[in-house]
This record gives sequence, structure tokens and C-alpha cells, in this order.
Amino acid sequence: MALSSSVQQPAEVHLLSGNEACVEGALASGCQFFAGYPISPANEISELLSERLPKAGGVFMQMEDELASIGAVMGASWAGRKAMTATSGPGFSLMQETIGWAFMTETPCVVVDVQRAGPGTGQATKSAQGDVMQARWGTHGDYAAVVLSPNSVQEMYESTVRAFNLSEKYRTPVVVLADETIAHVRERVSSPGPASSQVLSRRAPQRGDTDFFGSREVAPMPAVGGGFNVAVTASTHDERGTRFTQSGGVHRRMVEALNAKIYNHLSDIVETECHNVEDCDVGVVSYGCTSRSAYEAVEMAEAAGLKVGHVRLKTLWPFPEEEVARLAGHVRRIVVPEMNLGQIAGEVQKVASQKVVKVNKIGGGELIAPEEILEAMERGR
Amino acid sequence: MEDSRPGDFAPRSYMRNLKLPFCPGCGLYLLSDTFLRAVNELGHKNLDGFCFVSGIGCASWIPSPYYLADSVHTLHGRSIPVATGIKLFRPDLDVVVFGGDGDIVGIGMSHFIHAARRNTDILVIMGNNMTYGMTGGQVAPTTPLNSITATTPYGSFEHPVDAVALAIAAGAEFSARWTTAQPRELQASLRKGLQLSGFRFIEVVTQCPVEYGRKAGLGGAAQILQYFRERAIPVEESKKLSADELDSRIVVGEFFGRHRPTLVEKVSGISRRSMEIGRTH
Repeated sequence: MALSSSVQQPAEVHLLSGNEACVEGALASGCQFFAGYPISPANEISELLSERLPKAGGVFMQMEDELASIGAVMGASWAGRKAMTATSGPGFSLMQETIGWAFMTETPCVVVDVQRAGPGTGQATKSAQGDVMQARWGTHGDYAAVVLSPNSVQEMYESTVRAFNLSEKYRTPVVVLADETIAHVRERVSSPGPASSQVLSRRAPQRGDTDFFGSREVAPMPAVGGGFNVAVTASTHDERGTRFTQSGGVHRRMVEALNAKIYNHLSDIVETECHNVEDCDVGVVSYGCTSRSAYEAVEMAEAAGLKVGHVRLKTLWPFPEEEVARLAGHVRRIVVPEMNLGQIAGEVQKVASQKVVKVNKIGGGELIAPEEILEAMERGR
Repeated sequence: MEDSRPGDFAPRSYMRNLKLPFCPGCGLYLLSDTFLRAVNELGHKNLDGFCFVSGIGCASWIPSPYYLADSVHTLHGRSIPVATGIKLFRPDLDVVVFGGDGDIVGIGMSHFIHAARRNTDILVIMGNNMTYGMTGGQVAPTTPLNSITATTPYGSFEHPVDAVALAIAAGAEFSARWTTAQPRELQASLRKGLQLSGFRFIEVVTQCPVEYGRKAGLGGAAQILQYFRERAIPVEESKKLSADELDSRIVVGEFFGRHRPTLVEKVSGISRRSMEIGRTH
């Protein structure tokens, strides 16, 4: 793994919105290209990058739609640059086919989805967490999604840096699954944060290398124009990029390798923040903006004498099964608050034998209050 | 026009040791060969200075992975945006898009128009076989009116698109159409397309005897080529005919749009401007 440079930003404290912090994280990561299409509530990311990227020697493009946006990102990535896009639910839906292309061709890129209320046009300016499963299974076929879930403006910065690092290291698309709340709230940010002290870049091939795909340990990635005559295709291909659209064996070998390169490195990819998971009677699993209420609810419950274990998911996918299973091993009940109708609760239920208690709220961008989570924890006390 | 001498041109020297996969009689063999002849004529000994981008469909297989070059085989309809991303960061490369009619002016039409509008510095070569050949010969946006296809058993009822005129209207600098019955003229236009700047588009009306000719009653490759010869009409001559009369003809020739700054030129201008503004503030 090439460690190209340290983050250039001085460790200063800023007052930023989440979308602004995302831009700072992208620039600190060496992002050179952004292509996007206007959509609420992600617009500040593109507006700010349209100003900042050219000054940083990069290029900003507003494309004709989301299909073109992520397509141009693929092109820039194969030209050897770090590239990203940002969108919200409807645009994220349009990008799904290309996200599958990126997975199959092992193209590093970062996609920021600032979630809003769906389905359909839904409520364009209202916060939600309804894209959890779209981020996991949005494109067709068997693939390993890597999805990060920031819960603060500081983490919006760090998640963006981490998304670039993971995408470069594992040559795979990485999604920052933000939400309207985190995107628009203003908080103190110190940059660089502790999680973003280094910037990683894809491994370049050596002269004479011919195998650029399908390694369980991540193949080196040439850029076009680099003299490697690389053949890139999302049709089933072998290690050299030659199409094999009939062979079951080649398809199995390659798709299994692409999944293995992610699942063999869970300890590097999966991050959680765990609180009292070894000594608790009640559990909470939270993520994103909802986790802010969960932290407060845990404090309130502890003040009331409950022993609470809390797992906050910083990585949503691959799902942190091990950490959630450890919590499930100690508690009578697990409460999962989320601003959808129970998308992560289902994943928690898969690893928990006790009944998972769902706390859900959708619509109007209304957040789940700490009291609502507390009430669910205390029920059946 | 001058022909390359046969001894000078060996298409295999530009290709991997793989055989193009097209059906017997397919016009795409000729398109690939003619393109490589044009490349050879321009003095390129190899394809190192090129990057090929294609979508999904028969014509998209021409460069990928058959050309000994960098080739990016993208999704159906999305070759032009990917080519745009590549060209922005590698303006030194000749970025050439190969695609079929479904790819370029069906599912990808919006990108085609916008790339012409931006004067994106790429050459787009569209093999127009008037059908979706790879999937079994369904009706396409380019299928002539009243044709029998796999999905128009009673005849197609939609007017076909004129991609060459569309390209010029949208802002292309150069747009040309030939059929596979005019390989020499095609080679000259391909050479011109490779030499000019900005957005350049070449449509090659090509025979698909297996999936289109058979169903549409046009017959095999030889009969379709004869049909092309009979229907083709040079641009100058076409001006004497009415629009209705031209419906059954294939207008061939070259069209030139306005020369405007290209996308790459404009983007580098923005880069300079952002730095200047950065200094004054």
C-alpha cells in the first residue's frame, strides 16, 4: 500500500456543516475529480467543490444526470485520479448500475449519499435513513458493499478520508452514507482528526505486470495511457481482463475473489464504537444521526440504574456481526432506533436470539428523541 | 484518395492474439479493419497513444479486448461519460469511443448530445446496424420505418433518428456518415476524425444479416450491401430532394459544425482562472 503523503491540512478547529466537512475530507485525501448532478440535500458538496477543486489542480464537472456523473468518475479513476460523486436517494438509485460496474472492474471511487426521505421523490429536504439496504444491495449480483456511517460533522470529514483510503486500498467503491441531519448541522471540526492522519493511494503495477484483476489480495491498478494495455470490462473476465462470458469456473473464481478481498479484511474495514458491551442487561445498536439520541438515551438509562451496552456502527457494511453478537450474548433485549422501518434491526435480529425491539420514525425529518429510545429500553424492565 | 499499400498494413499488429467475435457477413469486421487502416495511414505504429472506450453491444466489442491498447468496456450507453472522465485527465491520449446505434443514440443519447454540446474532445464511431443485434434483432431508434424486427412483427412505427444531423445541431465539430459499401470514403473520414479536435462523430451504416437482414427481408450481406449502394446519396445530391423523398435514402458524406473551444481547453481555462482569483482574494 503506497503511503503517498500525510494530510496537508493543519490541525485547526473549524465550524463546518457536514457537507462542508465532506469537501475538506475529500481535498485532504487528494481527490482530483468530482462529477455530480444537483440534488437536495447534497448540493453544498458540489457547490463548494466547484470552487475548491480547480484551485487544487482538480476538475469539477456538473454532468447531465447521475448516470453520466458516476460514469465520468469511473473514467477519471482509470486515468489514475481519486474521484468522487455526491447525491441523495433518487440519484443514488440511478448510480447503482455503475456501482456494480465499479465493483466488478475494481475501480476505486467514493459515493456520498446524503439520505433524504423516500421512496420516490419522497421528502427531498427531510432527513432519513432509508437507504441502508440500497447501499447494501442496490446493484445486482453478489458483491461486497463497503458503507460508512458518520454521526457528526467531525466524522463526515473522517469518513470521507477513510472512504478514499479504503477505496484505494481495496480497489472498490466505498459509500459514505450520510443523512440530511449530519449534512446540514454545524459543529466544531478539527482537521485532521485522529482517524485521518494518513492518505493511501492505489498500488501501481510494475513494468511487465499483466494481471490487474481478481486477486484476493488486491491486484495493482494501472492507469490508461500507462503502457500496460489494460483491458477493463465488467463482463466476467480473468485476471488479465479477458472476457469469459460462458465459463462458470471463471465467474465463480473472480466474483469470489472480489468478495474475499473485502471479507478477508473485516478487522481493517469494520469499525464500531462499543460501550459496556461486556457488562449490560439491555443493548442498543445505533448508527448515523440517530446514534446521537442513542448516546443520550444510554446516559439517561444509566442514571436511572439500567446497565446498558451500546454498539454504534461506524461501518454499516460489511455488517459488524461480531460486535453485535457479543452485545447480544449479554442482554435481555436489544433496542435498534433508526429513521426507517427497521432496516438494520433485521440485520441485528440475524445475529441475536432475543427479540429485537425496533424504534422507528419516518417522515418530516423528525429525529428520534432520546426519551423514545429510553422508553423502549425500560419496557419490560 | 490514396490507399495504403497492402504490404504496409497488418491489422494484426494492432490487435491482441484474439479473433473478433462477429457473425459471418457482419459489417463490423470491415469497420474495425478500416479504422485500423486509417490509424496506420496516420503513421501510428501501435495504439499506445489511444484509449478506447465502448459500451455494450456488438460494435462495442471492436476494441475490447481485441485492440492491443488500453480499452475500457463500460455499461450500456455510458461510454461517453467514462471517455469524458478519461480525456479530462489524459488530454494527450486520443480517446475513441466505439458503440452501436442502441448504445450511442438509444440508451446513451443524452450523453451523446451533451458531449457534442460541451465539444468534448473525443471521436465517437457508431456502427449503425439498425437493430439490437446482440439481443436478437429488436427494433432500434435507427430502424427504418415499417421494418419487421423481433419486436415489430407488424412493422416498425417510429421514425428513425438522424444521428449525424443531431450531432451537428448539438455542437459537434465534425460529423460523417458512410455505409460499409463505401470503405474508402469511410477510411478518409476516419482519418479526418482522428485529426480534427473537439467532438467528432462518424456513423457507419453496417449490415447485420443474421439479426436484421433476415427478419427485415433484406437478405444476406451481399444483398444488404447492394441495398446500401442503391440507397446511399451524397450530401450535395441530397439537397435536390425533398425531405419525404429522402426518407428512404441514406445521406452519406461529411458535415462540419462550428469550431468552438473544446471541453479540455475550457476546463484548463477554468483552472487558470481559479488560481488567479485565488491570488487576488
